[in-house]
Amino acid sequence: MTDVLDKAAGRDTPEEPPRGTGAAEGVGAPAAGASGGAPDPPEAPEPLGIPRRGRPHDFSRGDVVLLVTSLGASLALTWLLFNQLTLLSGPFGFVVVWAALFLLLHWVVNVQAHDAKLATDRTVGTVVILGALVMLTPLVLMTAYLVDKGWHLLSWHALTHDDAGVEETCVAGFKCIRPGVAHAIVGTVEQSGIAALIGIPAGVLTAVYITEIGGRFTRAVRVVVTSMSGVPAIVCGIFIYAVWVSAQHGLGFGFSGFAGSLALAVMLVPAVTRGTEEVLRVVHRDLREASAALGAHEWRTVWSVVLPTARSGVISASLLGIARIVGEAAPLIVTIFGSNYLNANPLTAQSALPLLAFDQVKLPLKSAIQLGFTAALVLYIVVFVLFVLARVLGGVRLKGTLSHLRRLLRARRLAGAIDPGGEPA
Amino acid sequence: MSIAIGTGANDFGSDLLPAPLVLRTERSRSDRAYRIVASGAGFGTFAVLFLIGLFLLIYSVPALHSQGFGFLTHESWVTSGAHPVFGIGAELYGTVIIAVVALVVALPVSLAASLCISQYAPGRVLRFIPLQRLLITLVDLMAAVPSVIFGLWGFFVLQPRSADIAQWLSAHLGWIPIFKVQSAIFTSSYFIVGIVVGIMIMPTVTSLSREVYSLTPKGEMEGAFALGASRASVIRRVVMPFGKGGLIGATMLAFGRALGETVAVAIILSLTYTISPHILQGGGGSITALIVNDFGTGGKRLGLSGLLAAGLVLFVVTLLVNVVASWIVTRTAARRAS
Repeated sequence: MTDVLDKAAGRDTPEEPPRGTGAAEGVGAPAAGASGGAPDPPEAPEPLGIPRRGRPHDFSRGDVVLLVTSLGASLALTWLLFNQLTLLSGPFGFVVVWAALFLLLHWVVNVQAHDAKLATDRTVGTVVILGALVMLTPLVLMTAYLVDKGWHLLSWHALTHDDAGVEETCVAGFKCIRPGVAHAIVGTVEQSGIAALIGIPAGVLTAVYITEIGGRFTRAVRVVVTSMSGVPAIVCGIFIYAVWVSAQHGLGFGFSGFAGSLALAVMLVPAVTRGTEEVLRVVHRDLREASAALGAHEWRTVWSVVLPTARSGVISASLLGIARIVGEAAPLIVTIFGSNYLNANPLTAQSALPLLAFDQVKLPLKSAIQLGFTAALVLYIVVFVLFVLARVLGGVRLKGTLSHLRRLLRARRLAGAIDPGGEPA
Repeated sequence: MSIAIGTGANDFGSDLLPAPLVLRTERSRSDRAYRIVASGAGFGTFAVLFLIGLFLLIYSVPALHSQGFGFLTHESWVTSGAHPVFGIGAELYGTVIIAVVALVVALPVSLAASLCISQYAPGRVLRFIPLQRLLITLVDLMAAVPSVIFGLWGFFVLQPRSADIAQWLSAHLGWIPIFKVQSAIFTSSYFIVGIVVGIMIMPTVTSLSREVYSLTPKGEMEGAFALGASRASVIRRVVMPFGKGGLIGATMLAFGRALGETVAVAIILSLTYTISPHILQGGGGSITALIVNDFGTGGKRLGLSGLLAAGLVLFVVTLLVNVVASWIVTRTAARRAS
């Protein structure tokens, strides 16, 4: 902390007078004491050569001018570099150079107007906010691109037809049958559904084991669950291939939608376990003890007290886990084989949305790529809906929404019921 | 749970005192069943992890027997014929390179984003927009986006546009070996795959390190502010040192995720079997892309065995990375608690 103390003691050159609009905002900031000696009255406009220092949160109109000017200047400079001197090219590079120049200019201008410390502080703030923007840009661009590419392909026809026999009829010159993604939707729903039926109970039970039963192996089980959540999806896939699909050393059931479900279930269990464990841990000890004191069996306590209390968290963890496995193509590539036909029997080879998208987009056919994009958009919508459901049902509600208001009203009513005379909380 | 109350042996050796009560718990049959089922699920995770390793090992035996240690170093994939020579030298190397490029891309952005969310973003903007929660939700949503969609976007959108940067880097920094390019193919390279995988692991690093940063003790931060520290120096001197372990753990977890990323890599990378240090040059190796690409064609016994052996290597590497990462995370968490 020494440098903070040094800086706080006002090591900056005292002979530089505050300049520009920045001078106004220092008013009221206590002049740092070491070189000043006696404390100055805060309303003194300029205490004996000691620079008034802007406080971190001050942001006056002059600073807005500085910000806008440096933004504009760096844009102009970048334009000069790219379009006049043509040293560089490309939209991506343009943005990068602009950002770098802006940061540099903004820092220099702030050093001139205020001091180096404030300038650094502001630059760090800008970098941090830019980082958040850069991080979310791909999400926005990706969503926009996918909607733009896939929206017009999305029709009732595409959602209700499969991909069977498309090429043949087109080649023969008959009426072209446009392909659809119905077979992939059916496959994805069935595989994820079966995976959920296997994975969610197993995941919840594992979490129950960790939090409710415990014992010597709790830590080991938790480490194993954490490791399992890091096992790559493709490894889960080839594991099921080795055990279930292949006849070489495994059971030899062949490629099927069910094999895909098993691979997805292997991935779902750790996701559900970790989420559930977190919420079970929060369930208050008193509730368990009260239940035990009433003479309930252990399983009764878990089933009727602990799990219902944590219900929203368990649902949220399960839905988020399903949202994650729905989009996994890697384990399906080696387990379900894929199919062009609408096939509702999960014990045979099926298709799935992520697999269809993966398979089709690399084919050198426009219709295939379009089919891939349709599948990708449907998949994205499914994942988005699951995600929103998880948020809504999971009780992690955004404040300011209707439900928040409702809760607030209920709290007030409760407060009124308890203490009618008092001010409602 | 039923509790049996009885009189135990009198330890005091005195007849005057009544024998102390002894409480014995005896679980009912339903509770025993419940314990067996839940423990079964708990130990089931052990079993699955063990079985993954076991089955991959069983299937890899022919390949490992045929190639020996060379399986890890050979730069070719000829699994048929009289003298099969195959190994994952280039693939293992490429997998690590992609993950390293991804980390170089993701780490600065994620660090800034997690600091922004935990330290800068106001709880509420204009009184009704919960900005901080909104950002957290968006980051979580990004983590939920399927990798095939990242792959599509990277292949069709990012790749054509980032070729400029690759060109510029090779033209101006070509004297650094990693930026050198032998032929002017800038697509399907480690560089572009690394960027896409980097974007994919950004939410992981961000949300994990954001959680740690938001746990910074308020008192220490306010103390620093009271001493006159600026926000930047509070972050540098208080927040960052506090969250160092969390950041390292998050980085390693993301590294493991990047090693195992499959679909996006398989869509973008064009597979080669040679080790090349030029990351901008098109073509490269990756264990996951190898498995996905060759799975349909490698139906023969040795080829399949080789693919599963590659999977085994990937499994072991990611497991090691994950165990070390979670060890670091729990160690720092324990230190924080004490």
